[in-house]
This record gives sequence, C-alpha cells and structure tokens, in this order.
Amino acid sequence: MDNTIDIKDRIAAMEPSAVWSDAGDGMFRVPVSSFRGLAEKLHNEGFDFLRSLTGIDWGEDGLGCVYHLENTATGENIVLGTADPDRENACLPSVHDLWKGANFNEREAYDFFGIKFIGHPDLRRFFLRDDWKGYPLRKDYDMSLNPLNMENEGNEDMAPSYEMTSDGSYILKRHPLFDDQEYVINIGPQHPATHGVLRFRVSLEGETIKKIDVHSGYIHRGIEKLCESCTYPQTLGFTDRLDYLGAMQNRHALCACIEKAMGLEVSERIQYIRTIMDELQRIDSHLLFIACLCQDMGALEVFFLGFRDREKVLDILEQTTGGRLIQTYNTIGGVQADIHPEFVKKTKEFIRYMRPKLKEYDDIFTGNIIARNRLIGTGVLSREDAISFGATGGTGRASGWACDVRKRHPYAMYGKVDFKEITFTEGDCFARYMVRIKEIEQSLNIIEQLIDNIPDGEYQMKVKPVIKLPAGSWYTAVEGSRGEFGVFLESRGDKSPYRLKFRSTGLPLVSCIDTIARDAKIADLIAIGGTLDYVVPDIDR
Amino acid sequence: MKRNVNIKSMKYEDFNDNEYIEQMLKELRENGTNVIIGCLDDVIEWGRSNSLWPLTFATSCCGIEFMAIGAARYDFARFGFEVARSSPRQADFIMVAGTITHKMAPVLKRLYDQMADPKYVIATGGCAISGGPFKKSYHVVDGVDKIIPVDVYIPGCPPRPEAMLYGLMQLQRKVKAQRFLGGLNKGISEKEYERRLREDTNKVEDYREYDESGMA
Amino acid sequence: MFDFGILTNWIHTQLTSVMSEGLAIFLECVIIGVLLLLLYVIIAIIMIYMERKVCAAFQCRLGPTRVGPWGSVQVICDVFKMLTKEIITIRHSDKFLYNLAPYIVILASVMAFACIPISRGLEILDFNVGVLFFMAASSIGIVGILLAGWSSNSKYSLIGAMRSGAQMISYELSVGLSILTIVVLTDTMQFSEIVMRQADGWFIFKGHIPAVIAFVIYLIAGNAEVNRGPFDLPEAESELTAGYHTEYSGMHFGLFYVAEFVNLFIISSIAATIFLGGWMPLHIPGLDGFNAVMDAIPGFIWFFAKAFFIVWLLMWIKWTFPRLRIDQILTLEWKYLVPIGLLNLLLMVIVVVFKLHF
Repeated sequence: MDNTIDIKDRIAAMEPSAVWSDAGDGMFRVPVSSFRGLAEKLHNEGFDFLRSLTGIDWGEDGLGCVYHLENTATGENIVLGTADPDRENACLPSVHDLWKGANFNEREAYDFFGIKFIGHPDLRRFFLRDDWKGYPLRKDYDMSLNPLNMENEGNEDMAPSYEMTSDGSYILKRHPLFDDQEYVINIGPQHPATHGVLRFRVSLEGETIKKIDVHSGYIHRGIEKLCESCTYPQTLGFTDRLDYLGAMQNRHALCACIEKAMGLEVSERIQYIRTIMDELQRIDSHLLFIACLCQDMGALEVFFLGFRDREKVLDILEQTTGGRLIQTYNTIGGVQADIHPEFVKKTKEFIRYMRPKLKEYDDIFTGNIIARNRLIGTGVLSREDAISFGATGGTGRASGWACDVRKRHPYAMYGKVDFKEITFTEGDCFARYMVRIKEIEQSLNIIEQLIDNIPDGEYQMKVKPVIKLPAGSWYTAVEGSRGEFGVFLESRGDKSPYRLKFRSTGLPLVSCIDTIARDAKIADLIAIGGTLDYVVPDIDR
Repeated sequence: MKRNVNIKSMKYEDFNDNEYIEQMLKELRENGTNVIIGCLDDVIEWGRSNSLWPLTFATSCCGIEFMAIGAARYDFARFGFEVARSSPRQADFIMVAGTITHKMAPVLKRLYDQMADPKYVIATGGCAISGGPFKKSYHVVDGVDKIIPVDVYIPGCPPRPEAMLYGLMQLQRKVKAQRFLGGLNKGISEKEYERRLREDTNKVEDYREYDESGMA
Repeated sequence: MFDFGILTNWIHTQLTSVMSEGLAIFLECVIIGVLLLLLYVIIAIIMIYMERKVCAAFQCRLGPTRVGPWGSVQVICDVFKMLTKEIITIRHSDKFLYNLAPYIVILASVMAFACIPISRGLEILDFNVGVLFFMAASSIGIVGILLAGWSSNSKYSLIGAMRSGAQMISYELSVGLSILTIVVLTDTMQFSEIVMRQADGWFIFKGHIPAVIAFVIYLIAGNAEVNRGPFDLPEAESELTAGYHTEYSGMHFGLFYVAEFVNLFIISSIAATIFLGGWMPLHIPGLDGFNAVMDAIPGFIWFFAKAFFIVWLLMWIKWTFPRLRIDQILTLEWKYLVPIGLLNLLLMVIVVVFKLHF
C-alpha cells in the first residue's frame, strides 16, 4: 500500500524481529513472542481500527493470523502476520483488549483453526456447535468427522479462557456466563426480528436487558473453505450469496481483488457500470433497511412502501443482469453483459421517481412522534467504540466516524464523483436511521453524475479462461451496503485461492450489540438490531 | 367423490405434476366414501386450502423473496396466505427459505415438531432442495427432505416470486386432493401417528435448558 | 325511529299466552343467547375481513381476492381451517388454566358485547348501572390473558402477559375516567338512557370541549385496552413472536384472535354510543325537515356506521404508527392521560354545574 515505505522504517525501529515480505500487498511477519508488544505499540501510535483479522493455516509454518490495521487519523495501513509453528497446540496472544472487534474475530479463528488466544475471556466456538470435532478450515480437516447431528444443541454456560502462568504453560479457566438466578430468554434463531437466524441469549431484569450473549453460525455455510477448492471464476458465485443485499458490491470487491492480483486494469466503461450498479444496489439495500426497521417497530405500512420502491430498483437491475437478488453480474475483468439499451432511460426515470418518495418516508415515519421517541437516544454507540469494534458503514458514520471506503480508499469511479459523506455525531438509533435515508439521496446524486457519461468501450476485458495468480496476499475493500466489505486473498500460485477470507460487514456490528443494548428494554433491542442493519448470512459466511 | 382439483383462474393443464395429484385422487376414489362425509370433506379441504398461513421463517436469500411475495407487487394475501404467524403453533406451513446448516437442522426439525397438524413444508430454492451451491460444504444439509417431509419443491436461486406463488398454488392443489376425515392420504396409520405425537423429541429430559431454544 | 321494543314485547305476550311466564322468559333467554352468539360470530367475521381489506388498502395491496367475490368468503375458509387444526397440549404447562384461559377471554368479550345498544329496543343487557357492568365485564379479559401467559410455561408468553397486565389495568383507568365524564353530563349509567339523552345532539357536540377531550382520551385508552397497535405490546409480533398466545394453536388461538377483533368492535361501538349518539340519528335542533330525513334511516344503520367508522379510524392508526415501548406506554398513561382525564372530569363538572353545555 501507499505509505508502506515510511511505515517500514518505523516498524523496524519498533520491533527489529519483524520481517517485511513483499509478495502481493506485502506484510510484516512477526514472531509470536514479540507480536503482542508490537501490537500494543501500534495501538498507542494510533492504529485504532482493526480492519480484518484472518486466521490462516500456513502448513509447515504453522497456524497464524493476519491483522489489517488502520490509523483512522492519518489513514495509514499496515498488515501484520504472525504464526505459531506448533500445529497441535497453536497459541497466539489475544488482542481483544486493544481492539474490541478482535473478540469475535478471535473466536472465529479459534473455531476454524483451533488457535488458542491467550487471555481471551470467552473462547467458545462461535459458528460451529460446541460438540463439533476438529477445525474445518485447517488443510488437514477430515469431512467425515462430523456427520449431520440431529440432537438438540446444549447451551455451554461456562466460558473457557486460556491464561499463561509464570512458567510458560497454559491453564484453562472457566467463567459462568449467566448466574443461576438470572432470567435468560432466547431471541432467535427463529425470530421475526433477528433478520435471519441469529440467536441472542438475553438476561433480563423485568424488561431491562442485563447482558446479551450472541450465538451465531446458524447459517454458516463454509463459503471460505468451499472457495479453496474452486477456481477463481467459480469463487465469484458465492459472494452474491453472502450479503444478498449487497450482491453487486461483494462481487465487485472480489473481482477487484483478483484483478489487482492479476495486474489487470479494467476499462473506464466497466468502472462506470460497476459504480452505478453498486449505488443502485445500495439504494435497494437501504430501502429494505427502512422497510424492515419499520416492520420491526410495528409500522407495517412503511414496510410496504419500502418494498414498493425497491421493486423499481429491482426492475432496472433485472433488465440488465437477469437477477432480482442474486445478480451474478461482475466478472473478473468486466461485467457479464452490457447494460440493457433502456438502462439509462429507466435509471433516470427512477431517480426522478425516488426523490419525492423520500419525502413520503419522512412524513410517515421520520417525523412520527412515537418513532422519534423510540429511536432518539437509544443504543448509543460512541465514536471510540465504533472504531474499536470496527463497526463501519452507516453505523460508524452515525457515530461520527467518517469510515466510508469510497472516501478513504477511493476505487472505481468514486474518486471522480462528487458526493457527501453523511456523518452524524449522536450515534443513536435515530442517527443510524437518518444516515441511510440521506445516503439514498447521495447515491442518487452519484448515479446522476455518471449515468449520462458512460463512455464507450468494452464491457469485458480479455481474460484467460484459467486464471493463475502469483504467490502473495492481497486485501481489497469496497463500501458495501452496510459497511466495509473486504476480501483477503492469499495465493500460492495455483488456479484456486489458498485462503480467501471475506471481511464481514455484519460481524463487527453484531459484536457491539452487547455494549450498546445493555440497560435498554427488549423493544429497544429490536430497534437496535434493526438499525445496525446486519445480514446474517454475511456474518456467518 | 372428488373430481379434479381446480384453482381459480389457472387452467388445470397449465400445472405441472398433474400425475401426482391424479394419483392422490385415485387413492381417494378406490375405497369410495360416504356422500355426507365426502361433501363435508370437500368443504373442509376447500377452507383449508384457501387459508394456509405461513410461518415467518427465513434463513437467507430466499427469505427476502419470501418477504417480496408478501409485499405489494406480488401480494400473496390474495390467496389467503397473508397472516404470517411468528409462532409455529399457529402456522399451517413452513416455507424453508434458505440454506439449512448442520447447526440449524435440529432447530428446523424442532420447529416442524412444534407446528400443529395438519402441516406442510415447502422447500424453497436450491439450498433447501439439495444444498444448492453449498452442497459440498462441511456444514450444509443437502436437502431438507432428509430432515422433514417436504410437500412442494420450488427450485431457483432464489426462485422468482411468481415461481413461489406457483409453488403455493401447487400446495393448495395438494391440500385439496387430501382427505381430512378418515385419514386416507396419510403416510402412517392413525395409531402410529398418535404414538409419534406423544413421543418426546428431546433426547435430554432437563426441560429447563431446552425450553424455548428451538422455537424462540 | 322504529322501536324494536314493540316487536320484543309482542313476542313476549304471544309466548306468555301459550305457556307460563317463567318458561317464556327461559325460552327467550335461550333464543337471545343464541342470537347473541350468532351476532358475535358475524361481527367477528366482518371485522376480520374488514381488517384485511382495510390494511391492504393502506398498504397499496389488494388483500384477499380469490375466495368469493372480492375475497369475501376468505374468513369462512379461515374458520374451517381453525376448526380442523390440532390443539396442542404443552408439556409442563398448567393444563387446566391453559385450557381455561381462552374461554375466559371470550366470555368477557361476549358479556361486554351484550351491553351494546344496537337499536331502539334492541338492548340485551340494559339496566341502571350498565356502564359499570360493561367496565367490570370487559376487564375480566385481563385475567384470561394473564392466565394464558402464566400457564403456557413459555418465557415469551409470560413477558407478554406481564405487559398486558401492566398495560390493560392502567388504561382501564382512563377508559373509566372518560366514560365518567359523560356520565356526569348525562347523570345516568344506563346505556339506553345515555342514547336517548342525545336526541337533541350528540354528546360530543353537547359537551363541547371536555367531551372532545374525553373522546380523544377514550380512543387512545380504548385502543390500548384491546391491545391494538400502536399498543400491541402483549403480542408484539417482532419482539415476543406472538406474546401471550405464543403456545396456543388451533381453535384456542382462534378464540384469542376473534376476541381481539370483537373487542375492538366493542370499544368502537361504546365510543359511538356514548360520544356519537349510538343509534340516534344526527339531529340539529331547529331544522325539523333535516331531522325527519335523518330519522328515516333505521337506527341500527346509524349505529353500525358510527361503530365501523371508529373501527376504521383505529385500524388506520394501527397500520401506520410504530409500537410504543413499555415504559413509554406507562408514562403516557400515568403522566399524561390520567391527569388530563381527572382535570377534564373537573372541567365537565364545572360545565354541568354552570350549565355551560348545549
């Protein structure tokens, strides 16, 4: 990345044992013993945003993690990698106290690779069942270990944690999650307001929430493992199904990442089309957000208004891509098909149609006294917490963190169009709601600037049918509908990826729910969940 | 005696899988039936087929399309499907919309068990039918029919709302071709049914822990 | 205005002429009971159909269209479905209370329903403390809901029941206060008498400012009383799946469902009766020609038109407004509606004492 030269010297000064490896985007390889110290130093230097934490099975190098860090004040980026060669008993120091977002990510890495994070307070499995055998994303995992188990899953109420003793060995401790006397109710996995199959165990005192324990993995489909056995064009299909309301953007991220690794520069026409499509998808997603939030809060009428307008977007998308939800439109080096002859006309019509409709939402919901009472002041997420959790997208911007990837690391046409990054400072549910409403306007602005000037050119660059990437690792992020959607790609020169990790937009959002929903009411939990706007298959992958 | 099952404003020939329905009707005709019971039955089936309430259940992509058929453009309220119940006790059919994973499978089974009879299952989309694109995954059930009996399959990824409406109409036809009184089209005998009904599906007896984890 | 009392009296005299008086009264009671239940069911069916069509209209949809003309037979299908659906017995539930609860709810609803004066001479329960009886009967429903939540052995049901307990008992107060305001104006508690007193103008006009305030409070509190949105917390679909009736299936659930809709009708028709004159046509003192034209329309049409207008109003509110939170609901009641209601009562007393009403 751009500023690596300068940062290289600083890292070398901080930690002499860190080795710069140049393949792909490049990363610092740090020995386990000095990793924790370096992480602390970097955190104090202002690297306060953990963009992504990826567990990797490096074969004989052992099991390790890759950390993508960003300094939100200066915009500097840095990639650290560390690995423990002891495969049987891999241990890494936990960084959950430096970056709160690391909490769930480390649980995920433990779940997939069996890496024990020393000092992590709650190292339970996150996606898989507690009685799951083995660690599925290790290269030597045996699929036959875990046949379908139809027994109801028990609840592990004792959270294990590993701590280091003075003589260098590890001890396993267990802490109770809930007391015997607590009134714990289950919300999910089958619940109308969890937006899919997420499960919360909520400890209540009357109607007030005391603690939330998030259970995930009810829609964990093992996409990352599947990708490792697919060729690069085949991996594209899975991205649409991750966050199905950001199908375009997700696929854009993966295509851009592979194109970056190939060193392929796509034509301007493709950039234009991708940008417009991304924005249409964003409008679609935000409309659904409004619809679902209102439905969760009981205002059913707005649900139907949202869907009515959403269908108009889908009509436009469908004409060109042929899909309503799963678009399968972007390909490596281009897009699947040229835009439909009526695309420009219809999009313009839609912009004209949509602007006055936004007013309607304001009239019926935004200005409603009950809605305002319910949303204003509930579920406040502070700016520091938003950064620490890595809660990007509308949620982060509502807390005053200008985290839009389109502005931070402009890609496609975003560097050349003029649009405002919407930020609020309140960080409550209402701000999160307003961010989305205002972003629809901005998306319309972006489309308006591009739609008339789509340049001529090819819509698909010439790409070999079998794609082999050089060895190395790359990270590309786009602004998805609900935050930074990143793709981390590690290649060993094969025609399929060695490790493909999708930085989920929803996981950081869910990880902050315990913090912001404490002392709120059950009804607030629904509003908070609605305004955080996560999509569960995107969390579980 | 039951004649062909008809759906308002769609021709009989326009449906696929008519043989299946005809087979069901043939089974009905074989034994013959009392006129009064037959007529009463017709009325009941007519009522049931036009008032199928779905369970709001969605795991992934297909769930959004399920919401879309509830919304204004496709509006499945026209067919009487509109009262989507969140509690499985009150729902008539479960539309398995989305991938079912290993962790979700016991929950889905439990939801199905919690539903009151007569109940139906629609497998929507590639994932629910066969595992779809995720068939080779270590954590995906390849087809919900391995767990619960499926009445109608709606292929697609995700199926278009029109396809879902077609599938729902097929379910209506199936319900119409059944017999409520006498229990002819049931796969198992009345006794077996009663026995299974009483059977405890929880392996673990301690109900404190398992109280609502499936449904809630 | 046709008095149905002539008809009922004629039936009574005919019956007493062929049998003893006790037997005749018993026979009449049976007939009236059957008719009452029949009417109850018909109102329920109309209400459910109306709810579906009205909400569809607000949501740019069509609503049921397949069964019968404009889907009008849809609810009959639902009834058949409900009747043939299995009634699940829950393990670890309190079986007796669990089975009893829906009947208590429906019983309370029917008793309150019997108080409604539909037309002149068509009052089933009509005595000098009718208002008091109505209040008492309708609040029995809370017991049913609490029992349902308690006996289901489900945490969602229990939370739903606790919510409904807190909410409905609180709002009972406001309903009572706003009805009391009108009682002050009429100095009677008999429903038929209340209607008769509105012959020269409905109370909402006669009582002007305090009556209008009472009417608004009554609508809000009445809506909360029957657990309709935006006060549908006890069954808040997106929070508690189905609230207190989460574990009920088949016809037991159907009873809750029906009671909810008929309760809405009862609340609306009481509002129509005490504020908008019930079956009394619109009379403007001095315009005799106009009054005569209004009188030509039968009373029960006036009554149903008014009642369904209020039902429609409440449905509109339900489908548009988001749900309140439990603390907001209680704040609204105890900090706003009750004090306003009490002051309003005082205002009405002043108005009556100084004869400031029309």
